Amino acid sequence: MMTSPAASTVPALLEVDDLVKHFPIKAGLFGKPSAVVKAVDGVTFQVAAGETLGIVGESGCGKSTTARLLMHLITPTSGALRYMGAPVGTMAMPLKAFRRQVQMVFQDSYASLNPRLTIEDSIAFGPKVHGVSTSDSIGRARRLLDRVGLDPIRFAGRYPHELSGGQRQRVNIARALALEPSVLILDEAVSALDKSVEAQVLNLLLDLKDEFGLTYLFISHDLEVVRFMSSRVLVMYLGKVAEVGPTESLYNSSAHPYTTALLGSMLSMDPDHRRTAAPLAGDPPNPINPPSGCRFHTRCDFSAALCSTREPGLTAVTALHSAACHMADPASGHPGKSSATAAKRVVST
Amino acid sequence: MSGPILAIENLSVTFTGGAKPVRAVNGVDLHVDRGETVALLGESGSGKSVTLRSILRLHDAKKTRIDGRILVDDVDVVSLQGQALSDFRGKHVSMIFQEPMLALDPVYTVGQQIIEAIRRHELVSAKEAHGRALALFERVRIPSPERRLEAYPHEMSGGMRQRAMIALALSCSPRILLADEPTTALDATVQVQILLLLRELQQDLGLSMIFVTHDIGVGVEVADRIAVMYAGRIVEIGPVRDVIRAPRHPYTVALLSTRANGGRLTGRRLPVISGNPPNLAELPPGCAFAPRCSKAIDICRVSAPQSQALSAQHSAACHRATE
Ligand SMILES: Nc1ncnc2c1ncn2[C@@H]1O[C@H](COP(=O)(O)OP(=O)(O)OP(=O)(O)O)[C@@H](O)[C@H]1O
Ligand SMILES: Nc1ncnc2c1ncn2[C@@H]1O[C@H](COP(=O)(O)OP(=O)(O)OP(=O)(O)O)[C@@H](O)[C@H]1O
Ligand code: SF4
Ligand SMILES: [Mg+2]
Ligand SMILES: [Mg+2]
Repeated sequence: MMTSPAASTVPALLEVDDLVKHFPIKAGLFGKPSAVVKAVDGVTFQVAAGETLGIVGESGCGKSTTARLLMHLITPTSGALRYMGAPVGTMAMPLKAFRRQVQMVFQDSYASLNPRLTIEDSIAFGPKVHGVSTSDSIGRARRLLDRVGLDPIRFAGRYPHELSGGQRQRVNIARALALEPSVLILDEAVSALDKSVEAQVLNLLLDLKDEFGLTYLFISHDLEVVRFMSSRVLVMYLGKVAEVGPTESLYNSSAHPYTTALLGSMLSMDPDHRRTAAPLAGDPPNPINPPSGCRFHTRCDFSAALCSTREPGLTAVTALHSAACHMADPASGHPGKSSATAAKRVVST
Repeated sequence: MSGPILAIENLSVTFTGGAKPVRAVNGVDLHVDRGETVALLGESGSGKSVTLRSILRLHDAKKTRIDGRILVDDVDVVSLQGQALSDFRGKHVSMIFQEPMLALDPVYTVGQQIIEAIRRHELVSAKEAHGRALALFERVRIPSPERRLEAYPHEMSGGMRQRAMIALALSCSPRILLADEPTTALDATVQVQILLLLRELQQDLGLSMIFVTHDIGVGVEVADRIAVMYAGRIVEIGPVRDVIRAPRHPYTVALLSTRANGGRLTGRRLPVISGNPPNLAELPPGCAFAPRCSKAIDICRVSAPQSQALSAQHSAACHRATE
């Protein structure tokens, strides 16, 4: 290791700084942009080498948009991205070099494979484009097929439609690894799989991570699976980070009321203690016109007057765990959970 | 009337439209009591939806062979024709889906569709039907129900559309509600709302329900009994507590242990079921689970196991279930 004055000055592998992506949407007769979807609206986080950062949140909160921004598949409206301290897209970290380092696996295993290529050719395609010789690329593809549990003798020549969903997802993982990246973004990568097959793929991902020293961003709506896979978890709500912290700390003592509600929505698995109340009413609001102040205030049990006017910033609750809720900041002026707002709630339910 | 409200006896469904016949359902026996909820649990392709759709006779008759009997209040559904079949759908049995747009028509308001459904089955005035539609919207807790009746399906959020579809399904006061993964596409916070709503409606209205899901957690939340399907058969059935605490079919046992249940396992490897679910066009001769089963013995590979009673209500179709 390099000698460094303090651990905090060692740059994280990936740093995301105030990332924003607004999609203009066309409406009306003239197709003029009439509104914007604030899909990602000021997101900041770091990913350390070798960790698995889980990202959770309801549909439309901006998880995939964040992933696509990290991959540079779409350009940000504003914000910065740094890889090993170097701003991505500059001389210090050109896009092409960055793209080799960060690869992605999507949920839809069909759509991401070319139906006219054998799976061996699909996997070898990336290395070839990046200048690896054909025979070396094929060799690499076969080794990877073997590594993800698909015997190359039986599978190399098959086409995507000749595989099961779990097998196709193994191919997608092999393909993502073919460029020897250091970061893998898994966007609902196991969500379409059956439970029995999902377990196989999760184990494979853990093995590959150890073997190749990978760093994972693991996006999923399955809170059990995220807990199983992640060392830290980031919770998003309507384009913002609501809370981020070490997995067990976040699952056992969540600091943001949204995280608490999300975790409280997990099914009980206990016939003698079934869920009796839903932690939240209604659906998440629309990211076109997000609520003022704290975006969660329209659904929050503890919302106080300031919550609808002032936006809470991410505040540390412990050294590694922070939440964007006024209650996490003793100086905010929020009266706290035991205030009249909470009492009112008990009466009204 | 006593006895089960729904009895499925030795149901087999074979699709004959393709190159090879596909045996999607292979001898399902299932009864549902009045006011009871049975969860039909299984992985993709195990035959859950095909079983459910058979009860409403939704399969294309020309390309489907149905054997066995489906009795609803002692009427054999398999032989219903014409008007009797249309009366049966919606009035006695109705269905909700994962994708509400399968049930809702995009070009009519939700209110129009509910009113239409009521008046198709009953001689009531438009005004009265409107009143009932409004009451249904209140019942499924759609906020501002009067205004929302005037909305088109696409103007509603996901959770709201699911509620509207439930209202439509209940519009003719069916006795049996068939639910095909109605919460699978919903966010966790909305899923739990809909599950609680369905449980409450089922209890208040005394509905009998078959609830198809691939998520054991959902089954535990809503059902009295769980039936586990594999390759077109029910391999285990019993009260929820028995099935999740003392599963006896090796497939159920394995399925429960592969769950990534959180902190207890972090960093370790999950137990897995090796291999893939079988190809229904090429089912093995014996137990369909045998190629993946860690307990399989010779007989498993040659003869299909019959269901064996483990207690009054709990049974499993496994040669080794009673060991
Ligand atoms: N190309 C686009 N044009 C317009 N809006 C978009 C576009 N891509 C995404 N959005 C919108 O941005 C918001 C965030 O979408 P995103 O796909 O990031 O959500 P997500 O968290 O991945 O959701 P899910 O869990 O459903 O995958 C949504 O409201 C979505 O409709
Ligand atoms: N109309 C059809 N023609 C041919 N095969 C069909 C037809 N409908 C369903 N199948 C096949 O029957 C099998 C059982 O399908 P079914 O839809 O019941 O599965 P399921 O248990 O509901 O799965 P999922 O969880 O994916 O919904 C599958 O292999 C499916 O491909
Ligand atoms: S800031 Fe206010 S509204 Fe937002 S989560 Fe905290 S208490 Fe609730
Ligand atoms: Mg997404
Ligand atoms: Mg189905």
